[in-house]
Amino acid sequence: MKLDNSKKLFVSGDEAIALGVRLARPHVISAYPITPQTIVVERLSEMVEDKSLDADFMHVESEHSALSAAMGVSAVGARAFTATSSQGLLYMAEVLSYCSGGRYPVVMMNANRALALPWSIFGDQSDSLLLLGSGWIQCYVEDAQEALDMIIQAYKIAEHPQVLTPFMVNLDGFILTHTYELVDIPDQSEVDEFLPPFSTPNQMSLENPMNLGFSSTPADNLEFKYQQHQAMLNSLSVIEDIDAEFGDKFGRYYGGVLETYQTDDAEHIMITVGTITGTTRVVVDKLRDAGKKVGLIKLRYLRPMPEQALIEAVGDAMSIGVIDKDISFGHEGTIFTNVNSALSKSNQTPKKHNFICGMGGRNISKNDIIEMFQLLEDSVKGKDIPAVNFINLNTSIQEKE
Amino acid sequence: MKKTKDMLSPDGTRPVKQEFPKRNHISEYPTGPGFTAGHLAEINAGWRVFKPIIDIEKCIGCYKCYMVCPDGVIFKTGEKAVAVDYDYCKGCGVCAHECPVKAITMIKDERD
Ligand code: SF4
Ligand code: SF4
Repeated sequence: MKLDNSKKLFVSGDEAIALGVRLARPHVISAYPITPQTIVVERLSEMVEDKSLDADFMHVESEHSALSAAMGVSAVGARAFTATSSQGLLYMAEVLSYCSGGRYPVVMMNANRALALPWSIFGDQSDSLLLLGSGWIQCYVEDAQEALDMIIQAYKIAEHPQVLTPFMVNLDGFILTHTYELVDIPDQSEVDEFLPPFSTPNQMSLENPMNLGFSSTPADNLEFKYQQHQAMLNSLSVIEDIDAEFGDKFGRYYGGVLETYQTDDAEHIMITVGTITGTTRVVVDKLRDAGKKVGLIKLRYLRPMPEQALIEAVGDAMSIGVIDKDISFGHEGTIFTNVNSALSKSNQTPKKHNFICGMGGRNISKNDIIEMFQLLEDSVKGKDIPAVNFINLNTSIQEKE
Repeated sequence: MKKTKDMLSPDGTRPVKQEFPKRNHISEYPTGPGFTAGHLAEINAGWRVFKPIIDIEKCIGCYKCYMVCPDGVIFKTGEKAVAVDYDYCKGCGVCAHECPVKAITMIKDERD
């Protein structure tokens, strides 16, 4: 299928990413295909082939090489794109910290997919959540339009002089990467105005020869880490500004670090990340119709962790639920840990419950989410509900007689 | 920013050590570890027990030692002539082992 420059196209999440990348005019794409990211790489290679995208496509032999190459591209002050998923992201993990520590603003798409074992090509968020500490900005999108738009925003945020931090755009595997919707395609000229070419202070060049990406003795190491942390915190306001600027130009605002839905008077709030937001929004409407005061917070970013915005959005809700499509074995869902930690910095004391579900591609139905809201309500009424609940296990976990 | 020629010794044969001065404020740190080339290497001859001595009369200028030195501390001083930067030679003896005319001998390094 040829992706032309029509104003609207009926495309998959993966194709929306490819369209967004083309509009951002990267100089180099270095990527290794992996399900369910493959279509991104296929479409981009076709665009390079048919010359609708003026970029070099590097055929690398692994994900480790894909990001190493992208980092080199960024080091000479050029724009780089890569994409991966699951085991591929983990294979790339070593280079993630090089890239963030070197302050190379590479943009990567990650198709959220389960981790082996059991081996699975289906979606959950265990892969990227494992790498929250890698120094990358992590954004999670809900639909194909947001996926395309966030690629454009991602470069602008990552390349901001106060940020200079690589950026990972996460799409739920299959649920978003392989489903189709009508997507607005921004004008190239407007994207060019929004996203000028980038310049970097640590550029590799013959005029100013520098050692780049070197080691540091203990005397200076902590300072570089402090800078990285500071840059990530700076990105909180940069994200808000750029989201507003994008909205003014293209007519779509995403709420910056998070989006709230029906939270103002909500007693019970579900916190979601990625595509499950859509289903939860429908459930909120349904429960509101039945007179229940429920709401939803869509966390769009997990790094930087939008602590203050989250505290404000939760307000004085009586309970919060966190949907995690992952589990940190022996503890709890990773998003739950992060939300808990943020809320512990305020005086709020809502009941807090974690719902582990959707792993390895297991469906999360509207009824599952209704059950979660019910558990929150029961908890507030004094019923003893565990902090961590597995939802929709298809076998009994009761003690045998 | 310094140019390449400013980072070489006066005779142009060796890079000179660049100091990374102590930063008094976080804003003075580079963005990510990047700095004028050459500053990294600290003098590290301390672990050497033997040091290579090149007999320049015997040397035929094949540059094999120059090629194999793992620390890149052998340098050309002209046509058919090489020397060792003893500030950075670790004394491994690879050069002496590889020299086809036995122009390099390893002798006990007498330092205090
Ligand atoms: S002894 Fe080793 S380090 Fe020293 S000059 Fe010879 S090869 Fe290089
Ligand atoms: S290997 Fe021996 S002969 Fe060849 S350049 Fe070095 S010292 Fe001279």
